[in-house]
Amino acid sequence: MRLPLLALLAKEPAHGYELKQALEQTFGAAYPRANIGQVYVTLGRLEKAGLIEGRDVAQDGKPDKRVYAITDTGRQEVAKWLSEPSEGPRVRDEFFLKLVLAPETQLADRLTLINNQRRHYLNVMRGLNRMAAEERGNQVSQLLIEGAVLHLQADLDWLERCQEELT
Amino acid sequence: MTDQDTAVPVLRATGLVKTHRAARGGAEVRAVRGVDLGVGRGDFVAVTGPSGAGKSTLLHLLAGLRRPDAGEIHLDGRRVDTLREADWAVLRRRRIGIVFQTGNLVSDLTVADNIELPALLAGHSARAARERREELLTDLGLADRADAAPAALSGGERQRAALARALVNDPDLLFADEPTGSLDSRSAREVLALLTRHHAKGRTIVLVTHDARVAGSADRVVSLFDGLITDDARVDDTPPARGIRDVLDLGG
Ligand SMILES: Nc1ncnc2c1ncn2[C@@H]1O[C@H](COP(=O)(O)OP(=O)(O)O)[C@@H](O)[C@H]1O
Ligand SMILES: [Mg+2]
Repeated sequence: MRLPLLALLAKEPAHGYELKQALEQTFGAAYPRANIGQVYVTLGRLEKAGLIEGRDVAQDGKPDKRVYAITDTGRQEVAKWLSEPSEGPRVRDEFFLKLVLAPETQLADRLTLINNQRRHYLNVMRGLNRMAAEERGNQVSQLLIEGAVLHLQADLDWLERCQEELT
Repeated sequence: MTDQDTAVPVLRATGLVKTHRAARGGAEVRAVRGVDLGVGRGDFVAVTGPSGAGKSTLLHLLAGLRRPDAGEIHLDGRRVDTLREADWAVLRRRRIGIVFQTGNLVSDLTVADNIELPALLAGHSARAARERREELLTDLGLADRADAAPAALSGGERQRAALARALVNDPDLLFADEPTGSLDSRSAREVLALLTRHHAKGRTIVLVTHDARVAGSADRVVSLFDGLITDDARVDDTPPARGIRDVLDLGG
């Protein structure tokens, strides 16, 4: 969450709670909910690294709030992040390890592993369908869900290939 | 095994076998090699599996479009695999809707007439048939293609028109072979929404699909491999233990 927070601060200074809300509003419910503690910890680290600067602002009858602004170094960091291609999706390698090794152990057979994995994906898929219905109207959410659906589709297709080849 | 609590399943197939014999001494293909399947009233069953697994053959057997070499099919407790074609035709008009993989439109009728025809054949009034047709055309985003000939439709439009045709009589039991097969993701969503609504009315759906979204909407997913069922999973609404986070975790 380090770089998304930094990217939000590239727009305008904000305090921790505002950033948490901005993340949620931008990405909708499809994105894993930000934890406020994690936001504060991350902001602390960004400040220590000189990427943002905090300033305490007094509030009427409430404790001071710390408002953060991005520094030039921080801005460069965001620009660098945006300019780099992102890591592609990884193959479900843990499942593949299980699948290859299962017969050796004599503790589970491959078809059972494949069936369990498929059921898990289908369950996740059902969750995504439900979420897509709830998030109707939120374009960013919909795209995020669609991306997740396409990954799951690939996972399911690959599982089919594993079943064809290995059972 | 999944339990079918309902006293009499809508559809029950036992020991289904079908071997295709290619013309002029070609090799035999054992497409369905012994399938038992019970479908309860109101079930939404998705059949998945790799290409060539026998999914279409199985669906054709269940819908009475081909006869099994062995095994039985019961509809509402009544044996139907022995029925004559004329009796099947009646069932298809009244109770069963079918969407083929290749679509099932009459080439010299407009889209609107294609959709309306089964309703008229089933004895609905012209007015009722037209209303139902309009509703389906709108639901499936085909309103502006109503007067087109099937040949003028894109693959996705043809598939949606075929689905509309199958749904026009509000069938108790709908069979569909890859209904979202050649659709872009937006049209696929429209089709899925329509199927889900049909199911929500208490109708039974058995479809073949490769689409994760469609499979995830079904409440039961049957895996077919090499002519045999290798898994029969009920998908319920219990969220997975780790949630759906690992799919959505974009890193960063
Ligand atoms: N009419 C037919 N004549 C000969 N072989 C067929 C016929 N229909 C299907 N097959 C063969 O039967 C097997 C199963 O086909 P099908 O039921 O269409 O599988 P799926 O729908 O899962 O792709 C395949 O090997 C296919 O080539
Ligand atoms: Mg097929």
